[in-house]
Amino acid sequence: MARVLVVDDEPNIVLSLEFLMQQAGFEVTTAEDGEKALELVSSINPDILLLDISLPGISGFEVLENLRGQDAFKRLPIIMLTAHGREVEKEKGLALGADDYVTKPFSTQQLVEKVTKLIQEKEGGNKGV
Amino acid sequence: MSDWVTLGVAFSYLAILFLIAAWGDRRAEQGRSVINSPVVYTLSIAVYCTAWTFYGSVGRATDSGPSFLLIYLGPTLAMLLGWMMFRKMIRIARAQRITSIADFISARYGKSGPLAALVTLIAVVAIMPYIALQLKAITVSHAVLSGYPLLPTDISGENFWIDKSLWIALVLAVFTILFGTRHLDASERHEGMVAAIAFESIIKLVAFLALGLFVVFSLYQGPADLFRQAADHPGLIDSMGLDAVPGGAVGWVGTLVLATLAFITLPRQFQVLVVENVDEQHLKKASWMFPLYLVAINLFVIPVAFAGVLLGGAAQEPDSFVLTLPLAAGLEALPLIVFIGGLAAATGMVIVETIALSTMVSNHLVMPLLLRWKWLHLDPSRNLSGWLLGIRRIAILIILLLGYLYHALIGESYSLVTIGLVSFAAAAQFAPALLLGLYWRGANGLGATLGLIGGFLVWAHTLLIPGFAQSGWLSMTLIEQGPWGIEWLKPYSLFGLEGWDIYTHSLFWSLLVNLGFLIGISLFTRQNSLEQTQAALFTEGLRPDVMQTPLWLGQTTRGELYQLLNRYLGVNTTFKVFRNFDPERKPGADDELIAPPDLIGQAEQALTGALGSASARVLINSVVRGEALDLEAVLSILDTTTQTLEYNKRLEQKSTELARIGEELRSANERLRELDRLKDEFVAMVSHELRTPLTSIRAFAEILRDSPDVATDKKNHFLGVIVKESERLSRLIEEILDLARLESGRMRLNPERLDFKQLAQDSADAITQLYQEGQVALAVELPEDAAWVVADPDRLQQVVINLLDNARKFADHNQPQVKLKLQTWKKHWRLSVEDNGPGIAEEEREKVFEKFHQIQQQHGKGNDKSRPRGSGLGLPISRGIIAHLGGRLWVENPQELQGARLIIELPRAPEQPPPSFEESV
Amino acid sequence: MKAPMNHSRLVGLTLLACLFFMPPLLLIFDRPSSSGLSWLPVYIFIVWLIIIGLAAWILEGSRDE
Repeated sequence: MARVLVVDDEPNIVLSLEFLMQQAGFEVTTAEDGEKALELVSSINPDILLLDISLPGISGFEVLENLRGQDAFKRLPIIMLTAHGREVEKEKGLALGADDYVTKPFSTQQLVEKVTKLIQEKEGGNKGV
Repeated sequence: MSDWVTLGVAFSYLAILFLIAAWGDRRAEQGRSVINSPVVYTLSIAVYCTAWTFYGSVGRATDSGPSFLLIYLGPTLAMLLGWMMFRKMIRIARAQRITSIADFISARYGKSGPLAALVTLIAVVAIMPYIALQLKAITVSHAVLSGYPLLPTDISGENFWIDKSLWIALVLAVFTILFGTRHLDASERHEGMVAAIAFESIIKLVAFLALGLFVVFSLYQGPADLFRQAADHPGLIDSMGLDAVPGGAVGWVGTLVLATLAFITLPRQFQVLVVENVDEQHLKKASWMFPLYLVAINLFVIPVAFAGVLLGGAAQEPDSFVLTLPLAAGLEALPLIVFIGGLAAATGMVIVETIALSTMVSNHLVMPLLLRWKWLHLDPSRNLSGWLLGIRRIAILIILLLGYLYHALIGESYSLVTIGLVSFAAAAQFAPALLLGLYWRGANGLGATLGLIGGFLVWAHTLLIPGFAQSGWLSMTLIEQGPWGIEWLKPYSLFGLEGWDIYTHSLFWSLLVNLGFLIGISLFTRQNSLEQTQAALFTEGLRPDVMQTPLWLGQTTRGELYQLLNRYLGVNTTFKVFRNFDPERKPGADDELIAPPDLIGQAEQALTGALGSASARVLINSVVRGEALDLEAVLSILDTTTQTLEYNKRLEQKSTELARIGEELRSANERLRELDRLKDEFVAMVSHELRTPLTSIRAFAEILRDSPDVATDKKNHFLGVIVKESERLSRLIEEILDLARLESGRMRLNPERLDFKQLAQDSADAITQLYQEGQVALAVELPEDAAWVVADPDRLQQVVINLLDNARKFADHNQPQVKLKLQTWKKHWRLSVEDNGPGIAEEEREKVFEKFHQIQQQHGKGNDKSRPRGSGLGLPISRGIIAHLGGRLWVENPQELQGARLIIELPRAPEQPPPSFEESV
Repeated sequence: MKAPMNHSRLVGLTLLACLFFMPPLLLIFDRPSSSGLSWLPVYIFIVWLIIIGLAAWILEGSRDE
């Protein structure tokens, strides 16, 4: 079962994402700040990361940058979640190596589709290797 | 003393003058001018000191006490203003190639020919006796020198060839012709002549000082000895007081004014000060060096006069004291030196005056007459340039001979002083036209002409004609009973004005008439356009930008212009003018190209230098067809430049102002940009804050929609989240609106008198449930009595609840405590809300009032979910509300609970509400 | 801009000279010394030299224009 790590500091959003991912058949772990997220990525090695940008302490961008700097997580699918709708931030996220970018409030269906697709791609890619 | 020795010395001296002048001219041709020095310039101005000074000062000191000094104090005053006045005249004269005072006055009043002729006539009448006076001084001094101890005999009447002054006059004529008419262009400097004049000034000063030193230190044992002896002489005891001055105080002032004006207007002074000036900067030094020269030459006048009187009969006439004193002492060399000094003083004056007068006579009397003769015009091949010089040379000869004749025939009856002052008074008639013309643009030619005529007639009536009477040429009844027996026309007491000395009397009446006409007529008649232009150019003469704009608008060919110049100036000068203008084009009489206005202007200037401005204008007019002068254009240029100057000054002020405004604008712009950035940030923050609850709402709503089979308790939980987040959203919107209202000043507050104590209690009660849920202990400490403030109760409660809510959120997790306290502080009520949380660092305390500022939660222990984040707008809104209510809200050091402590301060309202207040509410 | 300043100084000096060279100030010094001769000429020469000195000071002090 694919593992999804949800990182957001808004408990209600985490709650909804947790429910959605579980419903889609994934195993869900949650974190509410960047530090914990990095710990969890290393420890549980998730298949996909849903990462909010505005986190207390280490921001989502920093987490992303950190992970892309580690060889082990260069290919980890990461979807940025953010309430900042500005183009610059989207570009920044993609430039830093995010696989996708979802603006809050998001469509739950689309989000689930994106997550599923990315996990399949990842698995396909792994098989290919 | 042998006559031949004296004559030999005299003519040797004159020979030296020729050598010096020749040397000066040669140096000038080599481009190494000897007169280009302020000292030489100063010495040339000292041509003011004539034989009248040399011999006459002592005579005047003897007769009239210290009044002789006035003749030199006047020039001192004029030179003090010279840096402004003479410099202006020099600039104008240079720009317009003006060659004499007659030309200057005529040019100022529209290049008027008649006015120039009038000035020339007056000058000739006024100056001729003065020249005669110099010749007489030479004759008399020579007679004293050769005849002493006999009285000088009158020899001038009979065999005139025996009179040495005739021969000296002829030698001077030769000198003046040689060195005064070398160039056709009279505006060119006569360098050799000026060098000779400067040399003469040294000689006369040295001679007089030598005599003075001899008298004081050789005849007497120093000044103390001389003055002690003089004080014992009954005739001298009162001689140096004001009582000795003719006319007393009035006479004193009158003579001072007379000398001041005459110094400015005497033709020879105009010649050396203005025409012969090399560099206007020399004026700066001359302005104080020339007065110093005057002091030096006057230093020994009183001692010499005293010594002469003390000597008694052997000293002869006071005018001769300077010679008789050393002669009586039996000296030979010193009297000769003094004689040469007197000769230097006399010849210097004669030379310069003759050049000035001859230029005026030829340019303003003879040439205009010749120009009227048709036959001169009819033959264009006739070259007139030779004529011009010839006329000037003849004029020199005639002037000197007339001067000699005057001396020989009339002069005997006048004393030196009398002639000098009479001349001064006539020359002073030029002063109103000259000086007013320099500074008052409105003075016009008609006024100047009539003023001059009037002043001249009054002068003639009050000084010249009675002078004739006193010489025995007319009956004395004229003076005693007035002309035709009319009492109030008596020359020396016109309209019964008695008790003044004759010079002050004449000066007063003549200047009164002169000024009266000039001002009165100028005020009531119009200037023609040429006059307007010239008036503007003259009065603006000191302005550096007053250029000679091309005045001519009419048309002529270069060829015609060439012919005209060639006729009057000769081929060399003409060539020079054309070559200067256009080095490329070969000048010629058959050049059919249209002459540009600049060239016509330069041609006119060249002619002006030779012929004077009036004649030059007539000549140019004779070849230029069409509109003669573009006067309107010149005037408008002048006025424009005046305006431009004014403009520049204002522009300068404006530009500094603009720079300042620019600086302000830049900083304002910076502020605006900062505000813009803040606004962008605010909008981003707001959208972020709005999106967060919306995200939860949408997510759960979609979940509920897409998953109908969710368990009921979960469903309810999700629905609860939706409701909560919706409330959060509404709150947020309300807060944003509040903030917008606060910032735009549109927040409606309804202040009323209320009990803060009650309000604090109510707020605490309202939030009790939340506190109980979080198990936060709330301690409330309120005063016993009512705490009256004026505030909007709803808003104030909103603030207090906000503070209590914040405190609850930030209080310590394990044992959360909050304290609410109300107390008085001076004239205020202070409500403090304190928690036992982590507190707010000192540097963060103001930042918490910024919009959307989130206090950084500490990691490690602050990641419990029970602490909801606020919007970050509560505190800014609270502070805004309190500020609107006239109070303050800030973070204070913790007092009792070691956490954050926020304080609301509101002014205390009166205990008892004033009745009117209640009624009005 | 220094020139007009100098001009006013010179005008001021001229007015001062007029004041000193004319009655009534003149009358103050028109009194006999111990010897019986009037102080007037001495006064005039002294004031004259002072005025010249001031003029030199004003004019030579400025090197502009």
